[in-house]
Formats: sequence, C-alpha cells, structure tokens
Amino acid sequence: MVQKLTTLKESPSQTAGPYIHIGATPNWVEITGVWEEDLGLVLVGSETKGERIIIKGRVFDGSRTPLKDALIEIWQADADGLYNSPEEKRGKADPNFVGWGRQPTDGVTGDYKFETIKPGRVPYKDGRLMAPHITFWIVARGINIGLHTRMYFSDEEAANGQCPVLGRIEHKHRVQTLIAARGEENGLATYTFDIHLQGEKETVFFDI
Amino acid sequence: MSDQGPFYQRDRSWHPAAFTPQYKTSVLRSPQYPLLSLDNTISEMTGPRFGHNKIGPLDNDLIRNFAKAGDPIGQRIIVYGRVLDENARPVPGALVEFWQANAGGRYRHKKETYLAAIDPNFGGCGRTITDEEGRYWFRTIKPGAYPWPNGVNDWRPAHIHFSIFGHAFAQRLITQMYFEGDPMIWQCPIVSTIPDKAGIEQLVAALDRNATLPMDAMAYKFDIVLRGRRSTMFENRMEGN
Ligand SMILES: [Fe+2]
Repeated sequence: MVQKLTTLKESPSQTAGPYIHIGATPNWVEITGVWEEDLGLVLVGSETKGERIIIKGRVFDGSRTPLKDALIEIWQADADGLYNSPEEKRGKADPNFVGWGRQPTDGVTGDYKFETIKPGRVPYKDGRLMAPHITFWIVARGINIGLHTRMYFSDEEAANGQCPVLGRIEHKHRVQTLIAARGEENGLATYTFDIHLQGEKETVFFDI
Repeated sequence: MSDQGPFYQRDRSWHPAAFTPQYKTSVLRSPQYPLLSLDNTISEMTGPRFGHNKIGPLDNDLIRNFAKAGDPIGQRIIVYGRVLDENARPVPGALVEFWQANAGGRYRHKKETYLAAIDPNFGGCGRTITDEEGRYWFRTIKPGAYPWPNGVNDWRPAHIHFSIFGHAFAQRLITQMYFEGDPMIWQCPIVSTIPDKAGIEQLVAALDRNATLPMDAMAYKFDIVLRGRRSTMFENRMEGN
C-alpha cells in the first residue's frame, strides 16, 4: 500500500436531456415570472467596443438532421483580446462586454444565432498569438458530455495560418470545419458556423 | 505555490463515452473522431462570473418561485451541498442552475407529452450562487420518475438536472442528481452511460436526517466536484527553456 492522494474525482457528466431550456432559458419555453430575463441572450450594448457581427448556423447529427433541442454557449475575448474574467491577468477587459452568450437552437428549424463582436487575438501559452476565435460549448439530449470547439473567421486567413491551435490539427482538411464563412446581411457582417457532430464533415472537438 | 496552472486533464474514463448505444439518441450525436487534446490556453482558463445581483430572492425556492395559487403537490425537500474542485477546495461564486419534473414526473415544456398532470404551481427551474465556502442550497419538491422513449418501457429514476459554472470555461459541467435508495437508478440507460459504479454513486444524493426540517422538509446532500488546476510550482519556464 502507498499513501492516499487527497484529490477528488470530478462529478461525472450526464446529458442535458431534452428539457435543458427549463433551467437555462425558461422564458424561451414560456416559464415566465420566475426570473425576468434568461442569462446570456444579449452580449452587446451600445457602449461595447468592436465590430458588430452575427453568428448563425445549425448543429447537425450523423444523419445530417439539425438538432432542435440543443443549447449553445459561447465564450470570447473582447475587441482587444482580453477576457472579462477575474482569471484574466493581462489587463482589464471592456466593462461593457461580458463575452459569454447562450442560445437554444430553434425548436422548429434548428437555427441558432448570436449577436456579438469580433474578438481580438489572444496569446497561446508560449506567447505566440492565436487567431481570433470564439469558444463554443454544445449540449443536448444524446450528448453525454458537453462538446468544446472553436469558431475561427474566414477573413483572418493570415492569422489562421499561424494559429498554434489550428496548427495542431493533423488532418488539414478538417481545419475548415472550424472556420465560419463571412457574409453580409443588412449591412452587418454575418458568419455562418454549422457544427457537425458526426459524419464526413465532423467538426473538430477539443479535449481541453 | 498557487493553483494557477492549467486544469488537470479530464479523466474521460470516469465520464460517459460519447457513443453509448443503450442510450439510443447518443448514436447519431456522438463524435467519431478522437477529441483533439489541448493543454489549456487563456481561452479555457477564463470564464464568466455571475454576480449575486443577478439572482432573485425566490430563485432557489422552487416551491414558491412559480406558484400561483398555493403550493405545488409533492414531498417538500431541501437540497444542499458544496461545489468543490478536484483539489477539494471550495469553489465560491459558482452559478448553479437546476431543473426538474414535478412530483408526477411531468416537465413544464411544450415538447413534453407524458400524460402525468402539469402542476399549475410548479415551474421546475431554479438557480443560486455558491457562498464563500462553496455552499449552495435550494428548496423544491421531490420529482417523480417518468417514462421516456428509448426502449418501449424505460423509466428515468427521480432526478434533478444541474448545470454548474466554476471559474473557468474548462470547468463547465452539466450533470444529474439522483436520490439515495431509488432502485430505478440501476435500471436506467442514461445512468449506465457512466462506466464506473463509484462514478454513479458520486451522483446519488444522501438523505440527511440532521439537515431535515422537522414537520416540514426532508434534506438531501449533494456535493459537486469541478475540475481542479495544477499548481505552478515548477512551471515558470519561459519560452525556449
Ligand atoms: Fe430529466
């Protein structure tokens, strides 16, 4: 026998199930009057610094059917590449930008949409800059443990080419699964980011 | 020495695998490529923090926070516990959200079709923030078991869903709490996605007679463990060293 380590085990994950909206976005499923506003719906105010963008897309299963019961959370840096978090030691982030958002996929179409700003670049652990990116976390019925991925920007080709994280992807054609295509709608930059849980276009998911 | 390093690698053998055919919905929703391992960057070691000002006084009282005309039907219970990290340190300021079916096993959701009655006085959602010692508590009614379309006769054990935000996005976790002594736990295809019996037992809340309010509410203790961070004792190497 040896001495016992004093660490604990992380609580095992369990699926969010089909009714995560009751807890995460109750007003969206007509449970009203408990709290006024669901958390994470609004990221940007009039004072927020940075380029306004829209991110939209769907989450597809292995039969290419969009999930109509998923919940997506995003986490991103501000326009200068700083996170609004006490764990951020490099400086003070834009006080008018929380950087966290939460949206359900539509119950009929499976569409999701975030209105946010384009983040600045953030350094990798060795000091090299990563390309601008937004962290995504996807949960749903049938997903046993939340899936982490990242969205990158199609108009950041040079930065993407130097990003140490994208550089770690062995199968180069899979890099494309993380790059959202820039378009324009009503004068606003719009990025389409579809997530494929499985199949030919399976998104790169991270064990972070 | 402080816990400022990256988070310990997640023990994937302790969590459910993505592909668990006994839980049929996982079959088409499970990635097939291996996950790309990424030692944490700032993007994962930071996370949103939620202030106490976001939380209303009834947010942790599911008996009262939706009731229109009287209390919900069901056994009154208190659920309490601590949010800790793998280093057994409390996680203060963690947002804990919970949702559940009513006493009959029926969720208040437009897509729910189970024939058990909706309770007009029960919404089924709540939230709270842990205090300086990582403690949280809420009051609710004990949820009922319910059938679900998987096998033709599969039932979920009574459970409460939990969503927890620690201090970093890498700690983000959703799980479920079960109740001590429930035989349905050991017959559930979703519970059985957890490979280790000890892992399942970690999600079973203990009946705590000492915390029970006499003539009012039974109490269950449910501690939650989030990922812990490495200490930085020998990690101050500069680039190139
Ligand atoms: Fe459930």
